[in-house]
Amino acid sequence: MKLHQYLLDAAHDWPERVAIQELDGSFVTYGELDARSDRLGDRLISLGVRPGDRVGFWLHKSIDSVVTLFAILKAGAAYVPIDPTGPAARNNYILADCKVAAIVLEKRFEPVLEAHDAEGWHPTILAVDEAGDASQAHAALARNFKAGASLAASAEGTDDLAFILYTSGSTGRPKGVQLTHGNAISFVEWCAKTFSLTSSDRFSSHAPFHFDLSVFDIFSSVKHGGTLVIIGEEVGKQPYELAELIADQKITVWYSAPSSLSLMAQFGKLDSRDYSSLRLVLFAGEVFPINHLKLLTTYWPHPRYFNLYGPTETNVCTSYEVRTPIPAEQMEPVPIGKVCSHLEGILLQADGAEAGKGEEGELCICGPAVTRGYWNLPEQSQRSFVEMRGKNYYRTGDIVREEADGNLRYLGRKDRMIKKRGFRVELGEIEVCLYRHPSIREAAVVALADDAVGMRVHAHVVSKEGKALSLIDMKTFCSEHIPIYMIPDRFSFHSSLPKTSTDKIDYQTLRIWSGS
Amino acid sequence: MTDQSATMAVVKAYILEEFLPGEDPALLTPTTPMVSTGILDSLAMLKLVAFLEREFDIPIKAHEADEEHLNTLEAICELVASKRSLVR
Repeated sequence: MKLHQYLLDAAHDWPERVAIQELDGSFVTYGELDARSDRLGDRLISLGVRPGDRVGFWLHKSIDSVVTLFAILKAGAAYVPIDPTGPAARNNYILADCKVAAIVLEKRFEPVLEAHDAEGWHPTILAVDEAGDASQAHAALARNFKAGASLAASAEGTDDLAFILYTSGSTGRPKGVQLTHGNAISFVEWCAKTFSLTSSDRFSSHAPFHFDLSVFDIFSSVKHGGTLVIIGEEVGKQPYELAELIADQKITVWYSAPSSLSLMAQFGKLDSRDYSSLRLVLFAGEVFPINHLKLLTTYWPHPRYFNLYGPTETNVCTSYEVRTPIPAEQMEPVPIGKVCSHLEGILLQADGAEAGKGEEGELCICGPAVTRGYWNLPEQSQRSFVEMRGKNYYRTGDIVREEADGNLRYLGRKDRMIKKRGFRVELGEIEVCLYRHPSIREAAVVALADDAVGMRVHAHVVSKEGKALSLIDMKTFCSEHIPIYMIPDRFSFHSSLPKTSTDKIDYQTLRIWSGS
Repeated sequence: MTDQSATMAVVKAYILEEFLPGEDPALLTPTTPMVSTGILDSLAMLKLVAFLEREFDIPIKAHEADEEHLNTLEAICELVASKRSLVR
């Protein structure tokens, strides 16, 4: 089975039901979503897209981006979502790295697209006026496309690549996590069993499509014949507006990083609206500050809450249902819970031995949802797995401990990756960006927990002329190379950076300088 | 000083003090992007809106607290001016 089978089934069973809805009220039914994605899929095939190809889409979140994603799958290709708010240089790197055969993009992004290279890579470009600008874009996507039966042929092959999600890379370049149809389906099926989802559910689509949370939103909603409510990039950051739309749109299943829920609890005026429709609140991607979670569950006492944990490489691999009300004396964040039933997990100590109960270890996961590795990075892929008892386990890099009740507790990272607003951020990628600045001699960044927003990134910089540089210049420069959530929140300028006895950057001292 | 330039001076001083400590004031121009460059993050935008509402005694709607209205000093001043004209 392949992922788009969910759509074929839904279009057959519920052709008139609303599949996707935007906040301005525009919508498509399952019948229309199926037909439109068929037409665009045919168009992609007629333009030369073949099974196994990668196809990028550089569109803002909209009905059209969902149509495009299904069209790519129906054409037998893997979709590569591009962050429409991300810097052009990074987006162009991603498209070139996986050598997409075609790119579906909004016309406004055409001037910044650099889709060719020395090796003769020349993808087909399909430009639409503006995704989300309903009448224009729908017309553009449908124009001259013949309906055809060519898409039915791609029904086999759960091992085929379905999508590549790029995440922050410690070498300064994002890396593409390859996920197959089978990987995603095993996760979606686990969700169906765990959350008792139904066709009357209204799912939030808060996460951007290049973020792995979107896999749940899109495919769970379509599998169950529910309605997916698209929340655009801009609204997605505004706590008051988000809080308002959850009530107005009668969202029943919410899924986001904790930071959005934290901000809603603090600034969303949650006591002023009716949230009786909301029955399930899922969060993942970072630690939820317990005080904000307590506040949220006070405003919303009735839904079930689940803390979902997992890197993009496995999607969700542990889960924990939060018992409410949370006792006032509880000061520790909630645990990440137990390994999901479709997966297996072990904890490995630094010497490679398995950790016993109560001991710390790196969480390693195997099973049908686990990635085959990174695009075009065979060595890094190999290093990310460990063989134990004849099985290949993905090393998450997260240090956890199994508690007496069997739940796993997240303790920290074994490397320099952090989570900010739910996104993975390799501090090394930020440093590589800073070193590109012509006035910077040395740069090192540290991350510190922050009660209001989860994590704050602090850059320590030595300039070539030994004096402070403009913050405006620093932030503007960073915004041209890395996504906005990776831009350091603070900059400090020094005459030199602290070093260890082996002349490496002394991050411990830097954390103290940062106020840790 | 016109209304517009007085507004800009007040907003600029606030942003420099709150979010750009130590910055050369000359580098914060009316068209310097602030939201798209991370100078103003989500929390900073909430603080800025609260400041504008208090300082200029104007109501700002939730949907106006976005990049379109807060990205530059120029845009912020236009927002303030449009609100003041409604209040008057």
